[in-house]
Amino acid sequence: MGFSIGVSGPGMGPRNAMETFAEGGDTRGQVYNPRVVSRMLVYLRPYLNLMALAFLAMLVESSLTLLAPYLLKVTVDTYITQGDQAGLIRISMWTASTFLGLYLATRTEQYLLSMVGQRMLANIRRDLFRHLQNLSLGYHDTHIVGVTVSRVMNDVATINDLLSSGIITLIGDMLVLVGIIVVMLFMNLKLALLAFTVLPLMLLVTVWFSRRARVAFRETRTSVAKVVGGLAEDIAGVRVIQAFGQENTTQENFSAVNQVNRNANINAMSLSFIFLPAIEFMGILATAIVLYFGGRAVSSGEVTLGVLVAFLSYVTRFFQPVQELSRMFTTLQSAMAGGEQVVKLLDTVPEVLDQPEAIDLPQVKGGIRFENVSFRYRPELPDVLRNVSLEIKPGQTVALVGPTGAGKTSIGNLIARFYDASSGAVLIDGLDVRSVKQRQLHRQIGLVPQDSFLFSGTIADNIRFGRPEATDDEVETAAKLANAHEFIIAKPDGYRTRIQEGASNLSVGQRQLVCIARAILTDPRILILDEATSNVDSLTESLIQDALRKLLEGRTAVVIAHRLSTIRSADLICVVDNGQIVEQGRHEELLAQGGVYAALYQRQFA
Amino acid sequence: MCSFSKFCGKKLIAMNPTEETQSQHSSQTTIIMRCFSYLRPHWKFVAGVYSSMLLIDLIAMVNPQLIRWTIDQGIAKGDNSLLAMAVGALLVLVTIKGVLTYFEGIWTETASQSVAFDLRNALQRKITELSFSFHDKAEAGDLLSRAIQDVERIRFLTGRAIFRIIESVVLMTLTAGMMIWMNPRLGLLAMVSMPLLIFRSITFGRVYRPLSLQIQKQLSVLTTRVEQNLRGMRVVKTFAQEESEIQRFNVQNQQWYDLSAQSARMQANNMPLLNLIANVSSVIILLYGGTLVINQQLTLGELVAFTTYVAQIVTPVRYLGMVLPMITVAGVAGERIFEILDTAPLVRDEPGAPDLTLEGGEVAFEKVSFAYGKQAGVLKDISFVAQPNQVIALLGTTGSGKTSVVNLIPRFYDPTAGRITIDGTDIRAVSLNSLRGQIGMVLQETTLFAASIRENISFGKPDATQAEIESAARDAQAHEFIMQMPDGYDTKVGERGRTLSGGQKQRLAIARALLTDPRILILDDATSSVDSETEHLIQVALERVMRGRTTFVIAHRLSTVHAADLILVLDKGRIVARGRHEELLKSSPLYGSIYQQQLKK
Repeated sequence: MGFSIGVSGPGMGPRNAMETFAEGGDTRGQVYNPRVVSRMLVYLRPYLNLMALAFLAMLVESSLTLLAPYLLKVTVDTYITQGDQAGLIRISMWTASTFLGLYLATRTEQYLLSMVGQRMLANIRRDLFRHLQNLSLGYHDTHIVGVTVSRVMNDVATINDLLSSGIITLIGDMLVLVGIIVVMLFMNLKLALLAFTVLPLMLLVTVWFSRRARVAFRETRTSVAKVVGGLAEDIAGVRVIQAFGQENTTQENFSAVNQVNRNANINAMSLSFIFLPAIEFMGILATAIVLYFGGRAVSSGEVTLGVLVAFLSYVTRFFQPVQELSRMFTTLQSAMAGGEQVVKLLDTVPEVLDQPEAIDLPQVKGGIRFENVSFRYRPELPDVLRNVSLEIKPGQTVALVGPTGAGKTSIGNLIARFYDASSGAVLIDGLDVRSVKQRQLHRQIGLVPQDSFLFSGTIADNIRFGRPEATDDEVETAAKLANAHEFIIAKPDGYRTRIQEGASNLSVGQRQLVCIARAILTDPRILILDEATSNVDSLTESLIQDALRKLLEGRTAVVIAHRLSTIRSADLICVVDNGQIVEQGRHEELLAQGGVYAALYQRQFA
Repeated sequence: MCSFSKFCGKKLIAMNPTEETQSQHSSQTTIIMRCFSYLRPHWKFVAGVYSSMLLIDLIAMVNPQLIRWTIDQGIAKGDNSLLAMAVGALLVLVTIKGVLTYFEGIWTETASQSVAFDLRNALQRKITELSFSFHDKAEAGDLLSRAIQDVERIRFLTGRAIFRIIESVVLMTLTAGMMIWMNPRLGLLAMVSMPLLIFRSITFGRVYRPLSLQIQKQLSVLTTRVEQNLRGMRVVKTFAQEESEIQRFNVQNQQWYDLSAQSARMQANNMPLLNLIANVSSVIILLYGGTLVINQQLTLGELVAFTTYVAQIVTPVRYLGMVLPMITVAGVAGERIFEILDTAPLVRDEPGAPDLTLEGGEVAFEKVSFAYGKQAGVLKDISFVAQPNQVIALLGTTGSGKTSVVNLIPRFYDPTAGRITIDGTDIRAVSLNSLRGQIGMVLQETTLFAASIRENISFGKPDATQAEIESAARDAQAHEFIMQMPDGYDTKVGERGRTLSGGQKQRLAIARALLTDPRILILDDATSSVDSETEHLIQVALERVMRGRTTFVIAHRLSTVHAADLILVLDKGRIVARGRHEELLKSSPLYGSIYQQQLKK
């Protein structure tokens, strides 16, 4: 198989559209982004009743938390100092019941919150996945798979922290704070105001911290993204690294990126370690104030000892939520960043959309017409196809030939409406492809991709891919027609053989045969065949040729052709060059014309 | 610290529910200890951390005594100067504590971040060194998640987690000591809840561990589903299988939810229950202590100090409840990490292997057999000699073993029998780097890195000059298209070269191989995805660069075969015919048929 006119790489069509996959990058590092929060709150709506219940439980929890020190005060003042043994037992029972109630309330609250949180996570993931299925190839061609996977898995997980624990804990802590302030003011105005003198200072420190932390934590995210990216590249390129003996260089490079990440983390954390002790210090400062002035007041008989003890307990509790909030700061920040990415993805509008009035596509006969079609992958890029007009009759096999980058793959992409033409129209049986429902269109089109992509899973799963309901018999019949049956049953597990990563346990030719079987099983009226260019041995080659012949029979086929045999037997050859169809006709006619095709052919055999 | 983690590990062993997991769990302690061994190089930080911690804990012991003193001596007796002194002392202590907390935090973070740093470096090193046979089976996503998430768990374990545990134990011990010292009976009463709390924490871990393992697994199943779907999006779309893909995803997603909900239920109960136990025990102390105060066997100040201690003892227990389950999670993470680190590359240097010194570049196969893992033999009894500067063409059906033959030369795999020599030296006796440094390869699948074109071409020789790079690019017919790119040689090629066409990628790969000026050149399907014009150009260029090198070509072109000094025809892992073109045409019917079908046309 020496003859090959023009080849296209699997991802080459939209290659110019690839410039902007600089993503996974950083966000402004906000701690609160109303757009993200409001979008995510939508996911809470179905669980509002559960959330209300959780909120109720939290209210109970907060009030019981506040009640406990008060009971302590009563215990000391009313019973211990008065020597009331019976009263002491009674109040102890009350305190114990309070704690039991606290247990039940906390448990209910946490249970409800995490249930709702996980449910939402599952729902967001479900919606994201569905959305990804609807996004056009234009999106998928320009986005790195690993990054998108991380959107669905990691970013969504961070949102959970925001919604389930974050918001509710935030509200809960705020309530406790307010509650404590009120109770303290109520118990002893003067002492309370004295204790609160530290508050402005605390606010100042908090503002300082959040400003610094925003920057520092953003750096940790950027740097860890580089670690992931670097390692992913090394894994993907490990064979080349070894072949060129560059293990040491890549190790040094990785180590450098890794080091930056380490330092960024330490930097960010060092802020926390200034902030947390500072808050604690202020807590103790408040305690000291209470102790000093309160102590004097007790001596002078202005307040009871019980009030002082309770006050001390409240002051301690006051600073706990503040510290908690600062711990949550980082969580919140990454949740916001994650949320932003998720919302951005959810809001990406598919470039190719069903029109509202899109009709069902009837069973097609297979006529394809291009009417003055021009196409570019993105508005700012040059045209890939210019004014292409083409008529394919039902059942015809059309071979597209031409140099790399001529626009052959784009023609295939437009028939399947993976992209929309910039001008002109693509019609199937006289119907504009934009006027019918995409999935119904796709269902009648079969594809044999150039790179013979197979999914992980068994061989049978892969053949059955386009028709999951197909029986084992049907799968086998398809495999037999595709000349794949024999090699499959020669495998130890036959049809149940699992495809390894990169389909490495199948040869290139075998992968092609499985792809052909997959297309045969769906019995499409229109077939787009991007001929593989990898060389296979003569035996497999003849098996593939034979399988392709059977596959093409009675169907309309557009073949991005590299094999001479395919080209020769085509009903129509279109020579594509520089975005235009420069010649069309049958092999002999074109040879006789002595044009571009003849030149290409001659060069190959000269 | 050791006593505690050992104790914890043993408990974990006792917990395992089935025989099958027994052996796995019995190494849990070892795994955890091994995680900690990564702290050793950073022992100075660790020492600093625990010294600070001890001081902080001592301060925590003194604080309640200060309060007691204040109440009993200052307030009760109305001594205001004493009150002022006590308050002042409190502030001094907390300032010291704050400073210590800062250093303790920074050092903990530095030590544990360094562990993560070391582990990631080690993993990356190992991954780049493991032989092809490992990478044939490994999934990239799985390797990544081990290096990122699992390492993160170990970082947590060696940082905050173990610190919390040790601090908790120290604080509990000190507090218990103080309480018993102050009032033995009341102290012992306060301790009654401890065993209950610890028991509770451990039983929780026993149930929680297998569940969290399952969740981790399910998450990776989910990840794989998404990844596969995205990679095959073109296929998904043309076969209009979006809905069934969604269904499949939803099934796995629901399974993940069910497991997580179960875990949420367990966790929701755990902490509040620990708090309840601790709180109720403090009520008991108040009740009993209050009675003592009423009977004037205890001062009020002592009682207040006591309740403060009880509050102090509750916090560590809460931390234990939080952190202990994470140890088990980290243990699983450690297992996954060490699994990779402990994989020995099948192909590796003999200790003290000398560098390969090449004279001519004669490559000889002596009765070489080869198989991938347990599969049937791929190569059987291959023997041939490639004289220096010869061009060897390999021909044969798919699966006949052509690629395997060339993969053995740079030792991507080792033969199962027989040996390969270069200039008479067994290639297993020399260092891998020196061997591979002499071999230039263009692999069947072109892999480029997300870097500039320049960096990609100079990959095998990072110090190459611009002139050298350009000359290699010219030889590979790549210079022209590179110059047409917006940034020329500085153009970034994107992840795995996705911004380039197949033909362009291949030409860059050829340039990359030529730049190292190898003595031995291996071209595996080097021109498969270029159009015929470019192919012709590359062929011409290759014919020139093959001169003066021993070259192996997996051949598909007539011209190559014509030019070859030796053609090896492979069939089912054996050499079935060898010779030059004309000889083979006469002697080998298989060659004849391949010639007819594959080459001549």
